[in-house]
Amino acid sequence: MTAPLYGLVLAGGHSRRMGRDKASIAIDGRTQLERAFGLIEHLVARAFVSVRDDQTPDPLRARYPRITDAPGIEGPIAGIRAAQQAHPAAAWLVLAVDLPLLDAPTLQNLIARRDPARIATAYRSSHDGLPEPLCAIYEPAAAQAIDAFVAGGRNCPRKFLLQADVLLLDQPNPRSLDNVNTPEELAAMTVTSGAATGSRQLRVQYFALLREQAGAREEMVATRAATPRELFAELAARHRFTLGSEHLKVAVNSEFAEWSRPLAAGDTVVFIPPVAGG
Amino acid sequence: MNAFRFASVPLDTASLRAELIDAHCGGYASFEGWVRDHNEGQQVTHLEYEAFEALGLREGERIIQEACARFGVTRALCVHRLGDLDLKEIAVWVGVAAPHRDEAFKACRYIIDEVKHRVPIWKKEHYVSGDSGWVNCERCAVHAHDHDHDHGHAHHDHG
Repeated sequence: MTAPLYGLVLAGGHSRRMGRDKASIAIDGRTQLERAFGLIEHLVARAFVSVRDDQTPDPLRARYPRITDAPGIEGPIAGIRAAQQAHPAAAWLVLAVDLPLLDAPTLQNLIARRDPARIATAYRSSHDGLPEPLCAIYEPAAAQAIDAFVAGGRNCPRKFLLQADVLLLDQPNPRSLDNVNTPEELAAMTVTSGAATGSRQLRVQYFALLREQAGAREEMVATRAATPRELFAELAARHRFTLGSEHLKVAVNSEFAEWSRPLAAGDTVVFIPPVAGG
Repeated sequence: MNAFRFASVPLDTASLRAELIDAHCGGYASFEGWVRDHNEGQQVTHLEYEAFEALGLREGERIIQEACARFGVTRALCVHRLGDLDLKEIAVWVGVAAPHRDEAFKACRYIIDEVKHRVPIWKKEHYVSGDSGWVNCERCAVHAHDHDHDHGHAHHDHG
């Protein structure tokens, strides 16, 4: 029988490299903890936040059901182990708090393709191909295996998954599990991702030279680009457009628009090459 | 019917002109843009026009309303061809009827100038050499590659 799926947001880290609590960092007006918990809570039977013993009174975390780390173990595996001990019959969808690009489809895909007969179901890192331990489902049977692993003096969850019977999946969106550990990474990510909101589905139509270079009259694009300027940068890199944005105008929903106009899901965007009527 | 239109078949200028006839008007001016056999030193064999029609119709209509308001024109009409065109065909037609010739001439000039610069229409030239190119696009693309942004034309105004 498949075990019920519970969710665990890991918010017990020290955020040493970031220099401030990663769970409390706000992106687009929501803390990373609110965002991660909001993503997971509708997908699982019960959801919890994993905290260190000394974080229990923290008001940001106090709003959520919490599980305090198992004593005597360091790092994220302590949080996973504590959750397994608190609810041994559950499988755990474990999520790091600092995945600002993570989207619901990535989690839904993981859940849909979960193999309860394995120790765990996880994504393959799009950077090095190794298992991503902090956006993964751990079956009840993983508890005993983790105990043995920890008893051997080890506590790296990635190394645990490397030696366990794990179903490894490719990420639907290769950047969805990029995490942010330093202020520089946070700045880079909010610039390139359009403030790390969920991705939007947009329709892009192409004409003339851009149509030829894109090889299509139109395409549906799932993107985090917040404005036409960000969208063009993304598409220009993908299709190797030879025209720079300084030569283009932009239209949204069949009307001329500013490059900085906020984009909404379902918008139709057209980049207008230099015109030549007459 | 709209005062700005696209057409995929050769234009019947006599019936377009007939749409403008008005007893209130003493002057009529028209302009025809034709497909010529050369451009920028290249021998052109035929042309291909493409438009973003939804926005093009709106922008074309705005241009005609501006011309009517600015010059006190009674009636104005502009039709632009799309698709493949042979040499000597009419690519664009503008007709204006006004109480006096001066407004008609000015409005006609205004409409064709604005249409060329503002309406999202693109022209691909096919050359004797077998080459082809999107007018005004290839040149910008080359400049973009060279990081040479000092060409002083206004946006989209490649005149």
